[in-house]
Amino acid sequence: MRFALDAGQREFARSLDAMLTAADTLAVTRAWGAGDHAPGRAVWQRLADAGVFALAVPQEYEGLGPLPAETAVAFVELGRHAVAGPAVETVAAAALLSRLAALGETASAERFLPALASGGTSATLTLPDGGPYAVDPHVADIVLAVDEAGLRLAPGHARVRRSLDPARRLAAPLPGGEPLAKGPSVTEAARHATRWAALATAAQSLGVGLALLDRTVAHVRQRTQFGAPIGSFQAVKHRLADVLVALEFARPLVFGAALTMAPGDVAAAKVATSDAAYGAARAALQLHGAIGYTAEFDLALWLTRARVLRSAYGGPGLWRGRVVTAWE
Amino acid sequence: MDLDFTAEERAFGQRARAWLAAHVPAAPLPSLETEAGFAAHREWERELAADRWSAVSWPEEYGGQGAGLVKWLLFEEEYHAAGAPGRVSQNGISLLAPTLFDHGTAEQRARVLPAMATGEVIWAQAWSEPEAGSDLASLRSTARRTAGGWLLGGQKAWSSRAAFADRAFGLFRREPYEAGAGASGPGRDGAPASPEPHQGLVYLMFSLRADGVTVRPVGRLDGRPAFAEIFLDDVFVPDEDVIGEPGQGWRIAMSTTGNERGLTLRSPGRFLATADRLARRWRAQGDPQDTALRDRVADAVIGARAYELFTWASASRLAAGETLGAESSLNKVFWSEHDIATHETALDLLGAEGELTDGGGGADGGGGGAAGPAYDWLDGYVFSLAGTIYAGTNEIQRDIIAERLLGLPKGRR
Repeated sequence: MRFALDAGQREFARSLDAMLTAADTLAVTRAWGAGDHAPGRAVWQRLADAGVFALAVPQEYEGLGPLPAETAVAFVELGRHAVAGPAVETVAAAALLSRLAALGETASAERFLPALASGGTSATLTLPDGGPYAVDPHVADIVLAVDEAGLRLAPGHARVRRSLDPARRLAAPLPGGEPLAKGPSVTEAARHATRWAALATAAQSLGVGLALLDRTVAHVRQRTQFGAPIGSFQAVKHRLADVLVALEFARPLVFGAALTMAPGDVAAAKVATSDAAYGAARAALQLHGAIGYTAEFDLALWLTRARVLRSAYGGPGLWRGRVVTAWE
Repeated sequence: MDLDFTAEERAFGQRARAWLAAHVPAAPLPSLETEAGFAAHREWERELAADRWSAVSWPEEYGGQGAGLVKWLLFEEEYHAAGAPGRVSQNGISLLAPTLFDHGTAEQRARVLPAMATGEVIWAQAWSEPEAGSDLASLRSTARRTAGGWLLGGQKAWSSRAAFADRAFGLFRREPYEAGAGASGPGRDGAPASPEPHQGLVYLMFSLRADGVTVRPVGRLDGRPAFAEIFLDDVFVPDEDVIGEPGQGWRIAMSTTGNERGLTLRSPGRFLATADRLARRWRAQGDPQDTALRDRVADAVIGARAYELFTWASASRLAAGETLGAESSLNKVFWSEHDIATHETALDLLGAEGELTDGGGGADGGGGGAAGPAYDWLDGYVFSLAGTIYAGTNEIQRDIIAERLLGLPKGRR
């Protein structure tokens, strides 16, 4: 039993952190939200070069995976740096096609997985019980949809909707398109993809929460009122202490879920990280005061991200139900 | 990164499970906060000790099995899953024993630990005083130097287990104050040295049956005498019962409080068993339409799993040679609030039956299929309510988290 990141995993996190810091990712995210996707695509390719999108792809399809723990490591960093784009969706699509291949339906895996792993193709998708909208389908190279009829390659998307998260757009896949698979294997693969989507979302939420806490701790240490740093006031301290408790007890659930990929563990990670990140967002906004309530201040990128990830792939109620009732 | 156990660790867990299956009483013991229950729990300690299960992590020479942290955690998981009785020796085993291992003499360990392991001597904690709670360093009870030992005077309060225990350990202010190593120098204006509150404290052990000791049991919320006041009037304590250097008591005690807040006081096994029991009861009799209650049951399950995994992460860090410091405050805040929330949820699920204290619906007779004897949710609830107060209130823990883990500036309490 050694429930700690190993040296390679820690180095992976450090190198992604360094790359995303050097890439001025917050500016890239703002550009993405403003419709300028070129810098975001460059960051995407660097993430792919670091192996991020190969982690969910099996080696026989030119991937490195499946490596859920490394995927969690990567998505914590994506969350900390507020990376934009359909990253969770691309990983979920890779998990979906991989499981279909394992069930004997290899055609779509052969067709898409190598390019998903290399970064050449980005994907977005909708999954059963995951809501009607795909993330950033106007930018993604392929739009997959799973519904009663099976899995299909959608011919495009309906009207693009804006999200509270300024770097995120949503749209429903258009009906029709090319059928890729149907039957029980799609149902099974979609469940598998939902687990990967939930794991990546949970890890990303954890990263969002950690970034919010870091920024807020820095703020309350230097912001002075009544002649003292506001971080010396007990009301402020205790609020941030509670944020740290929630994040530090959500973290092992993320990596425990990555190790077991057990449905109950994944559900627990999704619930706990949503709550911890959202709690961090509420505390961050309150303790920053009015400056935190502005769109121009970078904090807004994480504040809004924490809110939308809470509902992504099903809200807290759905996932709590999956903790106590049988879910596969 | 893994969550796998060695074959030897798994075999140890199975051995514990088999022993517990053969020995855990079929009917629950009376509450250990009653005289009859205390005696029954003392007898259970003797039974555990007979096969070296009362303190598995101690070296064999003191009655243990020399088990490492991972094995201890596996034992705890089995222990609670089996529905085994509460541990009346908890204070001694989790607080005094680690202190003796770190700061005691070989003679003290040989004299104290074997009798602790068998339940022959049960220990109470004597730290708090009427005017010294969270601000423990303001304590006023004194230890006055006398020939061959010390004379204790003053009053201790909220002393867990003291109503029926044999001996106690605690902190006393050395009198007269002697400036020793680590003491502050003379005052600025040339006045005599005035001790800082943390200085000049003596950590010692004493008998609750000694001359000059008066124990007044105090009923907790439900009336059961879970703790007591201790009045001390020139109680003689021989030098051999002082732990460490007289005057260094604060430093020694702080090494114990880390244990108390950290994973040795509340192992995950307890919360896993309780959450499992709650989830089974909810599946058996919960209203599926009541999703608000279902969500709280889910939170109990999630919290127990989070605490388990957090503990495995801590154990891995310790195994890698790291130390746990202020992180134990994260632990304490988490488990104490989790424990209350879990029991509140169970009582809400039990509804009108949940308030009965005379063996009614408050006791879970395994209706949800729980292993082992009945679990008394109401007794567990009352016990859980103390968790955010003892071992350093959660407000104090949040100060520690903010200042030592987040690096926020000190301020007025």
